[in-house]
Amino acid sequence: MSILLENVTKYYERQAVVKDLSLEIESGEFFVLLGASGSGKSTLLRLIAGLIPLDKGRIWLHGRDVTTLPPQQRNTGFVFQNYSLFQHMTVAQNIEFGLDVRRVSRQARRQRVAELLRLIDLEGYEHRMPSQLSGGQQQRVALARALAYQPEVLLLDEPFGALDARIRVQLRQNLRDIQKRLQITTILVTHDQEEAFELADRIGVIDAGELLEVGEPSALYRRPKNRFTATFLGNANLLRGQRNGSKVYLEQPSEEVTLAAPPNTEHLSGQPVDIFSRPEEVEIALSRHELRGQLIGQAIVQEMTFAGPLEKVCVQLQSDRDRNKSSDLIIQVLLSPDEARTLGLARGKQVWVGLKDYHLLHAAV
Amino acid sequence: MNAIAAPRGPRSGRWGSWGLRLAAFSYLGLFIVVPLVVISVQGFRDGLATFVSSVTKPAALSAIGLTIWTAAVMAVINTIMGTLTAYMLVSYRFPGKALFNMLIDLPFAIPSLVTGVMLVLLYGPQTAIGGFFEKRLGFPIVFAPPGIVLALLFISYPFVIRTVQPVLMQMEANQQEAAHTLGASPWTTFRRVIFPTIRPAIITGGLLSFARAMGEFGSVIVVAGNIPMRSQTAAVYIYGQIESGSTQAASGVSVVLLFLAFTITLSVDFFLRRRDART
Amino acid sequence: MRERELRGPLPLILLAAVLVYAAVLLLAPMAAIVSSAFAGGVGKVINALLLPDVLLAFRMTFLLALGAMLINTLAGTVLAWVLVRHNFPGKRLVDALVDAPFVFSPVIVGYALILMFGREGWFAPTVVQIAFAWPAMLLATVFVSLPFVTREIQPVLAELTLEQENAAYTLGANRWTTFRRVVVPQIWHGLLYGMVLTFARSVGEFGAVAVAGGAIERYTETATIYVFRAMHDRNPIGAYSVSVALGVLSIGILVVMSLLRRRPSHTAAD
Repeated sequence: MSILLENVTKYYERQAVVKDLSLEIESGEFFVLLGASGSGKSTLLRLIAGLIPLDKGRIWLHGRDVTTLPPQQRNTGFVFQNYSLFQHMTVAQNIEFGLDVRRVSRQARRQRVAELLRLIDLEGYEHRMPSQLSGGQQQRVALARALAYQPEVLLLDEPFGALDARIRVQLRQNLRDIQKRLQITTILVTHDQEEAFELADRIGVIDAGELLEVGEPSALYRRPKNRFTATFLGNANLLRGQRNGSKVYLEQPSEEVTLAAPPNTEHLSGQPVDIFSRPEEVEIALSRHELRGQLIGQAIVQEMTFAGPLEKVCVQLQSDRDRNKSSDLIIQVLLSPDEARTLGLARGKQVWVGLKDYHLLHAAV
Repeated sequence: MNAIAAPRGPRSGRWGSWGLRLAAFSYLGLFIVVPLVVISVQGFRDGLATFVSSVTKPAALSAIGLTIWTAAVMAVINTIMGTLTAYMLVSYRFPGKALFNMLIDLPFAIPSLVTGVMLVLLYGPQTAIGGFFEKRLGFPIVFAPPGIVLALLFISYPFVIRTVQPVLMQMEANQQEAAHTLGASPWTTFRRVIFPTIRPAIITGGLLSFARAMGEFGSVIVVAGNIPMRSQTAAVYIYGQIESGSTQAASGVSVVLLFLAFTITLSVDFFLRRRDART
Repeated sequence: MRERELRGPLPLILLAAVLVYAAVLLLAPMAAIVSSAFAGGVGKVINALLLPDVLLAFRMTFLLALGAMLINTLAGTVLAWVLVRHNFPGKRLVDALVDAPFVFSPVIVGYALILMFGREGWFAPTVVQIAFAWPAMLLATVFVSLPFVTREIQPVLAELTLEQENAAYTLGANRWTTFRRVVVPQIWHGLLYGMVLTFARSVGEFGAVAVAGGAIERYTETATIYVFRAMHDRNPIGAYSVSVALGVLSIGILVVMSLLRRRPSHTAAD
């Protein structure tokens, strides 16, 4: 395998910024490290690149133990968030820098630069200066620069953070294509989960220096193991319950409601759980028997928000214990405008709520 | 100085880093720390009592006092005129502005001794202006405090200007325009929008020129001569003591002068830091 | 701030005040010395400047300024680098110390050097004479012009983000190559400016070198010290001529400084 991290730990002022982190990444894989600001993801990337020394653990790149090696000798390509192009050099000089340092002949360098400019679609830009380029163009040059000497590993630190939304989407696709073509092991760090979904073969969710979960995007989205993952990757509806035998007993809205226990959740047996479902898996109906999914209870429509191709609806479940209960019972639902219209939804309307698909998480204390 | 928390380089570079640091520290140490220590030790070598007595001799006290008040007068004038000059430079277009901007650095470049010579030449008792002031108004310029103040003003001319100018230039034009659209007159705009922004720079420039002026020697010794009790500043006094071999007196006053200068510089730094912490 | 046209009485009055102040304070004395120097004709001035003492004095001035410039450039760059890129306890103090020469009275500097290297000094040398000789003068000159290079480079270095260096490291360049090819090309402007400032300050120094060197005619005399001596020896032409020469030199340096100050702005795209 291409990248192996073993118990990597990094302290900053006596706090562990990266805690005992272990990870394996396959050759040619596009791995996305997803986390919020301050989660330690950028630090981890820099540890892999060798820009910061680690305090404990080991790092292996392509079978080599690089733990004590400086960045110069790790043969990685690094793309920084704010491009960090050499302002006083032309585009061509920037791109060929890595080759120049490796004493590649001028002829070969020129060829490679032309190749790369074609790859990033900036042919003819050899002699431009960074200050003459747009943000998106600069980032592409930064990418070309990092790829010029065919590194074993490509590392990107929130590369699109400083760019407009539209450019971001464009560049994301370009990056994906390039990575697929070159089959280079890649780690991209981001806080944008949409970006993670679009690019990743696998996603690693990181929070407070710890790697919480690793998996394919759809698996993490649908069947997260971890409450943080669940809420970080998208809107999550969570209802408290208890799993017993083959059933899940809800605490709210009513203790009489039970659901069938989903498969592969035996390990949570006898424990308090969170029943987790995505807004798009929640079903709304006007009468009880119209529900096809598992019944949860009755609710009142609180709010409806237009969201382009979808309608976001918030409903509040009515608890049988206390009719005026708190917002813990707010469920988010995603409907097509058609569905919303057919149901004649409006604020204050009473509806029945069911779940088409759901999953169990270990309940937070 | 903005201290960026510098990330440390990779482990193998550690030795190189310490080599660099060693070089930097020995450079500073040799050239700044050691002289400081040497002077201080010399000043107190014969005990505190001797130190005090050497510093409180009438000539010494007079020199110190003269130094302080002439520098203070200069600082006040310089601050006002410097701020005004900076403001005019940044806010208005006028013919010859680029040339004027260049001329401001002149006192930086001209040796201070030459400044003294020039002033004696222009305002000496034998000249029209100097003679007029001395004989008609009984108010000698050269070889007297006014000459000292003039010399200090010349030397310190660029300080406040160059400290305030960049701050003014960086101020967004929008702020001024906003104030105008809100109904503020130019004077009000200056008083309530511009001035508060440049006040720290003004204070810094003023204090630094004050500290610098206290140690001024070249121009003062020419312009004011070496007349004890009348036109002898602390620096000149020290020079005189060295020439006549009284090391005790020389070091005593040196220590006082250093102490004053350092106090001011440190308060400027402290003041700036407190302001940075608040913003 | 945007520039405005001069309109209305108040701006005009203020501008007049500013210009008159500058004229009286700066230009008048300069005009005075130029006219006095050339009062007896250009020939006299040139003769005064070609005296062997004067030439020796200028030689001393130049050598000291050159030496100080070289030393301070090298050491100053290292110092700036350490201050910007490294973190260590007491960094603030070290940073403040760099400004120390600014507030030291020159006489005190010279005095300290004598205390250190004089015959009964702390580090009284046995082989080479330092005090009252050119080594002490060089040390004095280095001291007074110490901060300039460091202070000029520091902001430029800080602005040149660490990321560009990191980028170079990941691309395979070692520290020296990175310094040479990424850092220097971007700071050379500030570096040059600092060097010119250092040189100018060194040329103008008087008090420190006079005390440290003992101001011995022809041996430890700089151009400024010569002017001082000329004033006392009732040699006005000599004093004024050398002053004017120094003044012309200074203005030349000033012009260079101004040209350098109009630096090309890198539009930082980050």
